[in-house]
Amino acid sequence: MKSILSGNEAIARGFVQAGGKFASAYPGTPSTEVLENLSKVEGIHAEWSTNEKVAMEAAIGGSFGGVRALSCMKHVGVNVAADPLLTVAYTGVNAGLVLMCADDPGMFSSQNEQDSRHYARLAKIPCIEPSDSQEAYDFTRLAFDISERFDTPVMLRTTTRVSHCKSVVEGGEPITVEGRGIVQDFGKYVMLPGNAKKRHEVVEQRTSKLKEWAETAEINKVIPGSRKLGIITGGISFQYANEAFPEASFLKLGMSWPLPENKIKEFAATVGELAVVEELDPFIEDAVRAMGITVHYGKGVLPVCGEYSTTLLREKISGANVDKKPAVGGLIMRPPTFCPGCSHRGLYTVLAKLKPFVSGDIGCYTLGALPPFSSLHSCICMGQSISGAHGISKALELQGAKKQKPVAVIGDSTFLHSGLTGLMNMIYNGGDAVVVIMNNDTTGMTGGQEHPGTGRTAKGATAPKIDIQTLCRTIGAKRVREIDTYSIKELEAIFKEEMEAEGPSVLVSNQPCVLRYKIVKKPLRGNAEKCVACKMCLKAGCIGLSLVEKDGKKFVELDPLLCNGCGVCMQLCKKGAIQPLEEVV
Amino acid sequence: MSTFNVLVAGVGGQGVLLTSKILAEASLLSGFDIKQSEVHGMAQRGGSVVSQVRFGEKVCSPIVSEGECDLLIGFEPLETARYLHFLKDGGQVVYNTHRITTLTVSIGADVYPDNIQDIIAANAAGVHPFDATGLAVQAGNKRTLNLVLLGAAMRYLPLKDEHIKESIEKCVPRKALETNMRAFQAGREFFASSCCI
Repeated sequence: MKSILSGNEAIARGFVQAGGKFASAYPGTPSTEVLENLSKVEGIHAEWSTNEKVAMEAAIGGSFGGVRALSCMKHVGVNVAADPLLTVAYTGVNAGLVLMCADDPGMFSSQNEQDSRHYARLAKIPCIEPSDSQEAYDFTRLAFDISERFDTPVMLRTTTRVSHCKSVVEGGEPITVEGRGIVQDFGKYVMLPGNAKKRHEVVEQRTSKLKEWAETAEINKVIPGSRKLGIITGGISFQYANEAFPEASFLKLGMSWPLPENKIKEFAATVGELAVVEELDPFIEDAVRAMGITVHYGKGVLPVCGEYSTTLLREKISGANVDKKPAVGGLIMRPPTFCPGCSHRGLYTVLAKLKPFVSGDIGCYTLGALPPFSSLHSCICMGQSISGAHGISKALELQGAKKQKPVAVIGDSTFLHSGLTGLMNMIYNGGDAVVVIMNNDTTGMTGGQEHPGTGRTAKGATAPKIDIQTLCRTIGAKRVREIDTYSIKELEAIFKEEMEAEGPSVLVSNQPCVLRYKIVKKPLRGNAEKCVACKMCLKAGCIGLSLVEKDGKKFVELDPLLCNGCGVCMQLCKKGAIQPLEEVV
Repeated sequence: MSTFNVLVAGVGGQGVLLTSKILAEASLLSGFDIKQSEVHGMAQRGGSVVSQVRFGEKVCSPIVSEGECDLLIGFEPLETARYLHFLKDGGQVVYNTHRITTLTVSIGADVYPDNIQDIIAANAAGVHPFDATGLAVQAGNKRTLNLVLLGAAMRYLPLKDEHIKESIEKCVPRKALETNMRAFQAGREFFASSCCI
């Protein structure tokens, strides 16, 4: 039967049909939907782990314990998981082990544009790259076979356009895989230096065997065409190149590490001009050049930054002057923003007024960096808000400017991911900052996933619920207070008090995500007669508000289809011109 | 058939993705190869969202190139204008005239262009504006905007009504099906009854 699946849905199906049993992940665009789909499948353990390192380690345990295991994460998650990854590369597996890693060329929803294929080379493990959903399904199944045949973890690398694009998939037959049970093997699984030295040699031998296999593997295939232009490519770039140059010859690499040197040399020898087409870094290209092969079209003409397209390849490789209509000029942009009713709005309204240095983190609340708030001043990675604020507080102290207490803003899921260790560090090492934990009871930005603070598992079962305030007190925080970000006057007073206090403070907001929990409050209305167009309410930065002009009078209107009645703009208005619906006369 | 390219553009939260999903499923029912792209994550938080649907005998890239789009379905005027340069000569634009302000407009840093409909008319040939939000509210739920627009776009889609309807039944939750079908029909009949274009 044919069905339309996204790459991520296809990976989930491939895992199920490959007899996979254990799946762990931390949410991250564009990888999230693999585990979301697996969580609906009976007979599979699918979990949101607390972070990617834990997810990877748990999947290693799943493999050692005898079942096929998958761990999924976005590219920057692999940085977190790199520690276990680089050593499980030495031990190898018991049952098959696959790391699904989703890169984000073009940075649709990421803080960097790293090329994670480098991890495959660094860890000395194979890297498999599907170019559409059918391959995402097929290659997932294949990845488990490679993993068990060569006793290696396998990286299944996608990009946003593979993970999130949908195409037709025809599924094969599911297989049943017998559990392998737990095996005790001191030399293989205990990475003491003496054992690891021997395993390193095994890893090198394994790479040689994989190279040999790559020479004849079906996933590295030559698609013959005109000999004038030959294109070495893989992943989504294959689709763009195939559409741009349908007449060309292709060497489509389904496995981008290790590379089939002989096959590449043979292919290069048959074509007039050679192009290597890959998004992000010249990963394949550098290796091809190192083989002594001339690359006519590579990163010399193609960009390292951003995603590719059919048009871009036509322009850069054939030098064709593609007749493009210009985009309509001068259009205003529409950046993402907090949802109407979001609990983050009140927080940033107050921070914009008080103007402390705000050390930010990864989540919806990163949007506090944008106007009108412009109240988030650094953002690096998951958890860095707190550890960074600690460093900032020490740096300021060293310069004798202690009164500028920094603020850290972090969400609940991110706090439990890796903010907790930073807070322990701050308390232990005498840092001094106001730490705001915006607990909205979900992993918001990725669409609302569970975590150890929600009291539910990925599969919807009830789980012990971590109380964040109690947790903070337990690790030694002395000043822990609950805040209501919808009451901005009280919030401002609390901030002022905590900024003056000695030692770290932890402020916890416990307002649920309005999007995830579909919270609908009665819309407010603007009173055009009372409104003096002072724009105070606009500091709430809400798309439900707009300044309009009718008959020569300017006033603020509230869109009843957008307003979610949070009341922040009403509190900012000094003229009583924003009122609950029923009070408007 | 050579590849037919549709862009569905709007604001995060308007239901853009459901429209392209219905289109994709209907294309499959019609026996076509199909690719559809979506954007998740940060872009969905009230920002610009575009989804692409391509169907035909064999589709390679999931992304519509500039100058290649046969049909642009716009959920909001400003977001419609943003993608006009993707249209091929003779490409059609079906769009909702109901505006959604941007954050920069609501804080007074930008002005929403008053003449947005003129801008669209000046940059495309087959332009079909209408108040789809109004029809959705009439149909019983503002969230059925996506079905109203899909209904209106049917005139320009090489897909059969029966396939689209089967696809809607597959993609829309059962309890919302009646309202959504009503919305689809309202959009379908709008341009048929008002032969103003």
